[in-house]
Amino acid sequence: MATFSTHTDCVPIVSYRFGKGATSIEEYIRLQGYESARKAIALGPDGIIAEVKASNLRGRGGAGFPAGLKWSFVPKKSAKPKYVLVNGDESEPGTCKDRLIFEQDPHAVIEGTIIAGLSVQAKMGFIYLRGEYRYLLTIMERAVADAYAKGFLGKNIFSSGIDFDIVTQTGAGAYEVGEESALMESLEGKRGIPRIRPPFPAVVGLYGGPTIINNAETIATVPHIFRIGAVEYARIGTERNGGTRLFCLSGHVEHPGVYELPMGYNLKKMIYEVGGGIPGGKKLKAVVPGGASTPALTADEIDIGMDFDQVGKAGSMLGSGGVVVLDETTCMVEFALRTMKFYAHESCGWCIPCREGTDWLKKTLTRMHEGGGVENDIDNIRYLAENILGRTFCPLGDAAAMPTIAFVKKFRKEFEAHLDGRGCPYRHATEPEPALV
Amino acid sequence: MADVTLTVDGKKFTTPAGTLLIEACRAHGIEVPAFCYYPGLSLQAACRMCVVRIEKMPKLQTACTTTVAEGMIVTTESPEIAQARKATIEMLLGNHPLDCPVCDAGGECELQDMTFKYGAHESKFVEIKQHRDEQQWSPVVFFDRPRCILCYRCVRVCGEGMDVWALGVQNRGVGSVIAPNRQDHLDCEECGMCIDICPVGALTSGAYRYKTRPWEMSHVGTICAHCGDGCKTTLGVRRSSDGMEIVRGDNRDKSGINGDFLCIKGRYAFDFANREDRLTQPLIRQAGADLRSVSWDEAIEFAGLKLREIRDSKGGSAIGVIGSNRTTNEEAYLLQKFARTVLATNNIDHHRTADYPAYASALSGKSEASLRDVGSARAILLLGNDPTEQHPGLAWQIRTNVRLNGARLYVANHRLIRLRRQATAFLQIRESNYAALISFLGGASPPAGAQNAAAFRNAVRKEESLLIVFGSEFCGRDIEALLKFGSTLPSVKFACLGDYANSRGAADMGLYPDLLPGYVPVSAAAHFTEEYSAGLPTQPGLDIMQMLDAAERGELDALYVVGANPVARYRRNGTALRDTFLIVQDMFMTETAQVADVILPAANLYEKAGTVTNTFGDLQLVKKAADRAGVRTDFELIVRLAAAIGADVKKLVPFGPRGVHADFGQARGAQSGEADRHGVWLSAHHLEPRLSPFDPFAIFDEIQRLVPAYDVPRLDLLTGNDQHLRSELVQIEKPVSRPDLVLPSNDTLFTSGSLGLYSKTLHSVLEARQPVETAAD
Amino acid sequence: MNTQPTLFSPALAARFDKLVTLYPIKRSALVPMLLYAQDEVGYLSDAVIAEVAERIGVSELEVRNVISYYSLLRTRPLGKYHVQVCTNISCMLRGGNEILEHCKKKLGIPSKGVTADGLFSLEEVECIGACCWAPAAQVNYDFHENLTPDSVDEVLADYRAKAGNGEKK
Repeated sequence: MATFSTHTDCVPIVSYRFGKGATSIEEYIRLQGYESARKAIALGPDGIIAEVKASNLRGRGGAGFPAGLKWSFVPKKSAKPKYVLVNGDESEPGTCKDRLIFEQDPHAVIEGTIIAGLSVQAKMGFIYLRGEYRYLLTIMERAVADAYAKGFLGKNIFSSGIDFDIVTQTGAGAYEVGEESALMESLEGKRGIPRIRPPFPAVVGLYGGPTIINNAETIATVPHIFRIGAVEYARIGTERNGGTRLFCLSGHVEHPGVYELPMGYNLKKMIYEVGGGIPGGKKLKAVVPGGASTPALTADEIDIGMDFDQVGKAGSMLGSGGVVVLDETTCMVEFALRTMKFYAHESCGWCIPCREGTDWLKKTLTRMHEGGGVENDIDNIRYLAENILGRTFCPLGDAAAMPTIAFVKKFRKEFEAHLDGRGCPYRHATEPEPALV
Repeated sequence: MADVTLTVDGKKFTTPAGTLLIEACRAHGIEVPAFCYYPGLSLQAACRMCVVRIEKMPKLQTACTTTVAEGMIVTTESPEIAQARKATIEMLLGNHPLDCPVCDAGGECELQDMTFKYGAHESKFVEIKQHRDEQQWSPVVFFDRPRCILCYRCVRVCGEGMDVWALGVQNRGVGSVIAPNRQDHLDCEECGMCIDICPVGALTSGAYRYKTRPWEMSHVGTICAHCGDGCKTTLGVRRSSDGMEIVRGDNRDKSGINGDFLCIKGRYAFDFANREDRLTQPLIRQAGADLRSVSWDEAIEFAGLKLREIRDSKGGSAIGVIGSNRTTNEEAYLLQKFARTVLATNNIDHHRTADYPAYASALSGKSEASLRDVGSARAILLLGNDPTEQHPGLAWQIRTNVRLNGARLYVANHRLIRLRRQATAFLQIRESNYAALISFLGGASPPAGAQNAAAFRNAVRKEESLLIVFGSEFCGRDIEALLKFGSTLPSVKFACLGDYANSRGAADMGLYPDLLPGYVPVSAAAHFTEEYSAGLPTQPGLDIMQMLDAAERGELDALYVVGANPVARYRRNGTALRDTFLIVQDMFMTETAQVADVILPAANLYEKAGTVTNTFGDLQLVKKAADRAGVRTDFELIVRLAAAIGADVKKLVPFGPRGVHADFGQARGAQSGEADRHGVWLSAHHLEPRLSPFDPFAIFDEIQRLVPAYDVPRLDLLTGNDQHLRSELVQIEKPVSRPDLVLPSNDTLFTSGSLGLYSKTLHSVLEARQPVETAAD
Repeated sequence: MNTQPTLFSPALAARFDKLVTLYPIKRSALVPMLLYAQDEVGYLSDAVIAEVAERIGVSELEVRNVISYYSLLRTRPLGKYHVQVCTNISCMLRGGNEILEHCKKKLGIPSKGVTADGLFSLEEVECIGACCWAPAAQVNYDFHENLTPDSVDEVLADYRAKAGNGEKK
């Protein structure tokens, strides 16, 4: 259902099998499928981790933590069973890449899970999809069953003497469950409240056992690294940012879509060449570079390479790869409000600053957008956001605070334009826009 | 673990590795504020109030989840930290109703204190606050949602602490709410721990709400009047039109043997004391007429003369005395001394709920466990009883020990008692097989029908140190056998469970027809004879059943009942006692009082000073908290009755020059006019009003001399610390054990013998718990 | 095997019997079980909650705590077709709000409302993972993307027709 987009600059690594019928295990195998798992078995745990480290693969969930390093934290010996947990709870607004992977290449996720399991000698993996992606569960369950039938899962996989099982399931609607420890809680049948850390999942994770937890894209990338070689993979990206990334280009662009581009690809180019520019020849106002939680960049801040380090240097984050483009007709107060409405809705409510702060910000922004704003509100919004930042139990508070601070800092004039009963200038100035096709 | 050295606010100190930073700070006098952190409960890191700056850490860290590390440098107060805390409070107050003037917690609210300290006095919030109506979750638990700050203490204390799990968190985000287990109401133990632990006024007590402001109360720490655990309870009392009224019970004083804990009875069931239908006027019945109110002097004169007449004409054996499980040690002791020296009878007994004489005999040379030991023992063997229902304080200590210290619990019971959930091993046996269980533990074959018995025995016998707690399923020879088995183990302590606040004290103080205080047989009374400078009857008297039987046959001329209700307890026909001159001292018109000839309104345990002994042998100070105009303590009444009979009061209570150790006011608590009353009486009797024969501490010396187990450091006792009896000094050899006289109360969490019948709270909870049955009736 | 009387169809009951064995702990089956039960029954009634609690071996309170946390789980019946319109940033920028307004008008109900015939319910939802194909909506679990008011009309008409056929059977 979701369609994959492509452009001449695209480098199909993860998307190598997209659109090629790889949901069929036979087709997957024909396209070099499950060869990586065999290689991994031959390499053994240390070899696997060395290979993943060499690829410079960094976590695709948002934080960009080096995957090989993360795996190496799992203790070799453990009294409790070890697990692999694939985070397919893709929920960051602006992000829809994992969905495409599950839909187009489910076996890549399975194979990646197996390799991750082999790297730490885990015997069981879980693939957790977000609840809204129920149709993908059908695809994944089918793929898992096929892999069992081929002897790639279950007892003695690939006749290696190693056992490995995979269970797939969905969540039931909660952004917070995308946080790794909250995901473990959810998988254990509880409310998705994050856990206190340390201990970290690599030491005490799912069911108390050492756990590898990675984003679905990260896991799905792993077999491709073994397919083309870590060095080759690393070569594609920039320094310390190996390979490619699935960028989700959305909002005010002519050709929104999921594009696989090398790490470090220029953002401006991405919008104007890959995305075909802004419809109607309108001007660019802002870009949210990595999903709703990342601070927006203004039109003159976008001439940067899209990797973790360069976007970080520009004062934002590469995040989940959701690039949301905003043209000049966008009301930044409304955009800030919509963003905050989301975080207030998704706050798990556990800690005070996030629970109370996001709700308060939502209320203030709502009032402001409707014309009830007073001058103090602008500073107050910033004050609240700054007092959420770094003070909350989990990163959701930061995710709500960071973009808000950036909105107020960079677009203060738009907030001021809403004051004194004027309400939203964009709503009055422009005719209701027809929905863009 | 090894120690680590860290620096907090410039203060360098050493603390064991693994300690939480917040605890390390508190232990060194540095208070780090917190709403969600609570010692002994799981960590939450939710309130973000305990944030501190730790060098080399990018963000502020929560002191409640950080463990100390070598060389750690910490700042707990700085402008940055104050700002973080202030902002957190501002956010909380955004939607907090700020109805402090009418909030029960006003004045003792942690949110108020923090707001005051961090100055979040200016509201930046202009939106309308979300109002929600208050909900009543049970007769005693009310929930005011907007006040709740979601610290989750209630959820944890109910689940982790009580193992009840009746509270949960529902919804998410700002809609998060504490929810009861039956959607709109609670089905729980009604212990009120959630209310006590609530830092704000979100959970309030049905018994206390809107009654008073905290600063209008005096707080008196005393001992709960109900079960045999002897929990410390702090009573909030306030002047009322007829004395001092108890408005609240709580466990703010965590120094007691119960730590944080109180059950429903300790927290709410003080309300019997406040009842309108308390007896406050002496009543007498003359020549078969109806009871009529008379003055104290007339009533006591009437009773005293009659007793003297019977004693002098028919001898002491024509008189019986029944004592109480809920009077103080001093009163119980005085009662037996009065019976033996003034009435010249050994016809004295009380409602026995455990076979303490057999226990005392078997214990000789072995160790008895205090309730505190239960909280720290490495392993506990629980035989019989259901502490969750019958000894809630014991159950709390067991659970806490298992949860926090990983103690191993072994449970053998004929029922599936709830503590099996904490047990390392549970052995179900038949009700008739407790004796067989002991032989099994000692090496015999397992009792019929017991599953996995061998593993149970092996595990128990492998323990290097064991605490054996047993219920009233064990009497007489079974106790002897059990203690004998125990002494084959490397290190063992025992606890024998009896039912009421001072059942143990009543036993220790010699409310037996055959035993003097300290379980000394009446036939070996020499020591007492000397101390009392009076002859004592040396033949055992009538036990409680024999007395009642004799009275019914018209063979007992007088019966003096102090704080007991034998008519109801032993299901006797009250009218059958018509030929017996019956004196009853009680709070209420009980079934026994209804057929009495003289009724003397008595004070209860909350209205007097003295000591009580819990079933573990922990001796504790009882302080006077409440007062009710028109009642007298049992101690005073016994003394006055003795005076009316014509006995030498100075001999009965050795006050005056010899009684220098008397209480100098420590125990009086919230007294009201009592000293004056004593003064008037003393002057009228030409006695020196310096030390009073009504002062129970005047006789405590004598108890300490005659009952060596009670010879504990008095200063510690008077400062409110529980003192474990010196059990090794029990002198008894071979008592006459009477298992047939042991009648366990079989109380539940919501009953308390006949006293429970007078508690409105217990009633309301019982009614609320049985809606179906009530509807069907 | 569970021989207790069950609220669920034999197939679902059998699925649940298996579900609890898949995980290292029984409780892990809770969220999936609630989802599948809801799919079959329509919502999580008191009876469903009681049976699920029994099957998982936790209290009903625990089950309710979990249900109330997740936005896809509900304790009240919704329309046969639950129309979930995303208005989050990517959809908002491409007319998500207008799609929601259109649905409200077309169905005559507000967000979180249910039509009188019980056929449709409507809900404004957070990001559903269709950002690159915005604006988008889900009807039950099915995605409908690149929506316009006209295509929304078609989608609704299709479901109405589907329900009509279903009723005839």
